[in-house]
Amino acid sequence: MEVGRKLTRVDAVDKVTGRAYYTDDMGERPMLVAKVLHSTIANGFVKKIDVSAAAALDGVVKVVTCFDVPQIPYPTPGHPWSVEASHQDVCDRLMLTRRVRYYGDDIAAVVAEDEIIAQRALKRIRVEYEELPPLLTPEAAMTPGVTPIHQECPDNVLKHTVTNLPPKDCPEFSTVEEVLASPKFHRFEGHYDTQQVQHCHIENPISYAYMEHGRITVVSSTQIPHIVRRVVGQALGIPWGQVRVIKPYIGGGFGNKQEVLYEPLNAYLTTQVGGRAVKLELTREETFQNTRSRHPEHFDVEAAVDDDMRLMARSCRAVSNQGSYASHGHAIVANSVNGFRQIYADVLGHKSEAYTVYTNLPAPGAMRAYGIPQGAWAAECLMEDIAHAMGWDPYTFRLKNLMPEGYVDPTNGITCHSSGLKACMEKGAAFIGWDELRRAYQNQTGPIRRGVGMSVFVYKTGVWPISLETASARIVLNQDGTVQLSVGATEIGQGGDTVFCQMAAEAIGIPTEDVHIVSFQDTDITPFDTGAYASRQTYVTGMAIKKVGLQFRQKLLDYAAEVLDRPAEGLTIQNRAVCDASTGEVLRTLEEISQEAFYSFRRSVHITAEDTNQCKDNTFAFGCCFAQVEVDIPVGKVKILHLVNVHDSGKLINPALAEAQVHGGMSMGIGQALSEEMKFDSRGRLLNGNLLDYKMPTAMDHPELHALFVETDDPTGPFGNKALGEPPAIPVAPAIRAAILNATGVALNRLPMSPQYLVEQFTAAGLIGEGGKDHV
Amino acid sequence: MYDFRSIYQAKDVADAIAALQRDPEAVLIAGGTDVLIKIREGKLAGCSLVSIHELRELSGVTMEEDGTLSIGALTTFRDVTYDPLVQKHLPVLGEAVDQAGGPQLRAAGTIGGNVCNGITSADSASTLVALDADLLVRGPAGERIVPISQWYKGMGKTALTHEEILLAVRIPKSHYQGWTGHYIKYAMRSAMDIATLGVSCLVKLSADKRRAEEVRLAFGVAGPVPMRAPHAEAVCAGLPVEAAAARIGQAALEDVNPRDSWRASKAFRLQLVKELSGRAFREAGRKGGARI
Repeated sequence: MEVGRKLTRVDAVDKVTGRAYYTDDMGERPMLVAKVLHSTIANGFVKKIDVSAAAALDGVVKVVTCFDVPQIPYPTPGHPWSVEASHQDVCDRLMLTRRVRYYGDDIAAVVAEDEIIAQRALKRIRVEYEELPPLLTPEAAMTPGVTPIHQECPDNVLKHTVTNLPPKDCPEFSTVEEVLASPKFHRFEGHYDTQQVQHCHIENPISYAYMEHGRITVVSSTQIPHIVRRVVGQALGIPWGQVRVIKPYIGGGFGNKQEVLYEPLNAYLTTQVGGRAVKLELTREETFQNTRSRHPEHFDVEAAVDDDMRLMARSCRAVSNQGSYASHGHAIVANSVNGFRQIYADVLGHKSEAYTVYTNLPAPGAMRAYGIPQGAWAAECLMEDIAHAMGWDPYTFRLKNLMPEGYVDPTNGITCHSSGLKACMEKGAAFIGWDELRRAYQNQTGPIRRGVGMSVFVYKTGVWPISLETASARIVLNQDGTVQLSVGATEIGQGGDTVFCQMAAEAIGIPTEDVHIVSFQDTDITPFDTGAYASRQTYVTGMAIKKVGLQFRQKLLDYAAEVLDRPAEGLTIQNRAVCDASTGEVLRTLEEISQEAFYSFRRSVHITAEDTNQCKDNTFAFGCCFAQVEVDIPVGKVKILHLVNVHDSGKLINPALAEAQVHGGMSMGIGQALSEEMKFDSRGRLLNGNLLDYKMPTAMDHPELHALFVETDDPTGPFGNKALGEPPAIPVAPAIRAAILNATGVALNRLPMSPQYLVEQFTAAGLIGEGGKDHV
Repeated sequence: MYDFRSIYQAKDVADAIAALQRDPEAVLIAGGTDVLIKIREGKLAGCSLVSIHELRELSGVTMEEDGTLSIGALTTFRDVTYDPLVQKHLPVLGEAVDQAGGPQLRAAGTIGGNVCNGITSADSASTLVALDADLLVRGPAGERIVPISQWYKGMGKTALTHEEILLAVRIPKSHYQGWTGHYIKYAMRSAMDIATLGVSCLVKLSADKRRAEEVRLAFGVAGPVPMRAPHAEAVCAGLPVEAAAARIGQAALEDVNPRDSWRASKAFRLQLVKELSGRAFREAGRKGGARI
């Protein structure tokens, strides 16, 4: 069995020895360097730009401004394109803009012989603005009479949707509001907030572009090369076939590179310097200010529960701060409210409402788990607060209300084909010692207290039927019986290449060691796939690999049958040989068959297989997190003593990589929970756009991370597998919050749960007293 | 790429001073862990550098005949921490500078640079202030000693003039003998961070270890410059250790003046001053043998 092996990643040695090529390792030297001029206002207009002093600087090759670039609005999110106009992404971007929409917006660019000259040139550009007051919150942006941030959207509300699932066949109640208001039930409400955080991938966005034969090549650190090709074509107003995109190894993306960020500008700049290669690399500060992040969302939620711990109805109103550009737009908050709804079954009904509002902040976009961490935060805060108020065991309360197996989402039809969530909870509770700890932590006093908490989540696998799911693969034979596997799906650090090889090997019947991945995508050569996002590739691309792998196997067997002059039906592939399927007798080695195929005078053929698989299914992955914490009340510090995630992601293709993936996600969850937050001043200027002031936790801030699994066999997954890439980040923050609540009795309703916020809340709750004598 | 106009490698201290005299705009660079960041941020872009990085005579820790510990300005954080003299006589200082940044920074950043930056959050600052260290500087007119109490002149400003170079940080014997100390760096992370508050407490116990004969308490980030807490020190002097531990935090509130900033509110910093002063005192007392 190749699927299920704990193989070392296929790129491990190259990456740890520095042999692996990333964008900055490639291309001609010296290369021209581009730098972008960013606005110093958050809202307004560029009236005039004087670039004469910059252009006069020795070593400056070209200066372009927002008055020069093509005026073709284009979309940036890494979604599959839709041939129906109503489903297409919002086109609200220009490469450089006269209409300034956030502090740092792109208004001009310099191409110079090196980075320092480019920097010096930027300082010599004089800009005149007409400034408008910055609108930094949805409330401010929705105030009647303000100047729209985008003309097409007069009230600054990009989209507003309502999902109403009123009670059915219920004589007593006809609306969700009636259930929530009924005196028969216990009614709860909560107001929960999430913050704007960033991905913090190691490699900042970088690309370089050059021209060859009149076409533009862009080499980019991206998750989505085929989508970059399309968007560059759209932005420059040129046929898409005029663009070639190459994706080398990348240093992480987490959704930030599921967006076409600076590739269109980079492509345009090479056309302005005669096709010479131009590199456009962002600094860390620019990455914070000028690329995507996770949406801050505000939730107002309500629930009615009966005495038997059953959720009768819930409602959820979510407002998402979209910042200055649509990016992935309403899809994110729509996911948030869906995630809020799906995880628990409401007996009578459910209602949700979602707003996506333009403001003058740097635009959030896709980030690992795409709105679900926000929705799960709201859902799990509410569950915990209900359990706390009712004196219920939060574990039992959750267990009584989980999404059942066989659940079909009434709005999109996504079906729960398999669920190991209950088993995950059992495993996690046993690992952490839930019952004993909950008993032990009752009635604590003193400045240092401990607590234990949990949370659960559900996550769909890929984007069908909300969006297209398509994937292609190609397998070609080598003379020695090994193969190359080429897919449009991308390795972005998650280990995609390794599991692709394992799945191909499994389908063909050869060892994974005999499958060589073509890691780099090149849109001129690579089969089409929309790329790495939505935890889709192992599921969706996996289906394509299995399909093509089986076709390839059949072609190999058919050719062997010709050579051996016996029917293919009785043949099989094992131990690198074509064997008699019933006796196991080796008839020819794969190497012999392959050389025959390549060089036969009788019939020479290069055995290859290539196909597309359109996936029209989806399935839910599940999991939970248990956290044990120690809270130092007087100084607001939370120490995580133990943290465990338990996942049902179906069958694991590579358990070692699965574990590593969970560790990374948990780490991200810790940062979101306790310390990370993008902070802005009243002018909309990012205050902490660097890795010193943005408090991403270090190794020293981590407990040992534990990852456990419950392996269901999902009937729809190509190998029984379901989503895993994004989910590990989801449940950590609410579990830590629940543990703090357990320790202190204080419910924290916004993220991050940073020391200052804790001290404020503990002071308000009377846990920190006057005189400082209580807590020494 | 770093945007600087030139770099001059000084051959010795006199040569470095001469280079600074020649160029009133020149920037002195030692470990580079602060200067290079400022160049990259654009604050010092295009500057001329005078490097003293290679002046080995400025690094290392020695004990003078009178027991004064002299720490060369170019001694890295790491070399301060692992120096046997520091470990024997001044462990609190070694522990304090071991909390700066991460391992790479501590191998490059120097204690002299930390002091000359004049930054209130510097990890060596509150402990050196508590120790009442002397700073030995040399300029065109010769050498002078500046007590650390007169060193800090405001945010990022010190008593050092453009043509002067810090040679050594000196701690007279009476400032450390008989004292034990503890430094608490309170930051948002356990590494790679700057202090939200730094608290250094030194205590000299009575022979029976029951009383705090003398106390020195100093803070970083409780004001624009590193500062002593004279009121708290006076309140605690002579008290039984438990009483001193209970009172020192509240007393220190009268000494400090932290500001509201986006990094931390004044109220939060005051709570930290109150709580951590007592914790630092207790730990310093324990190190001296107090049962507390």
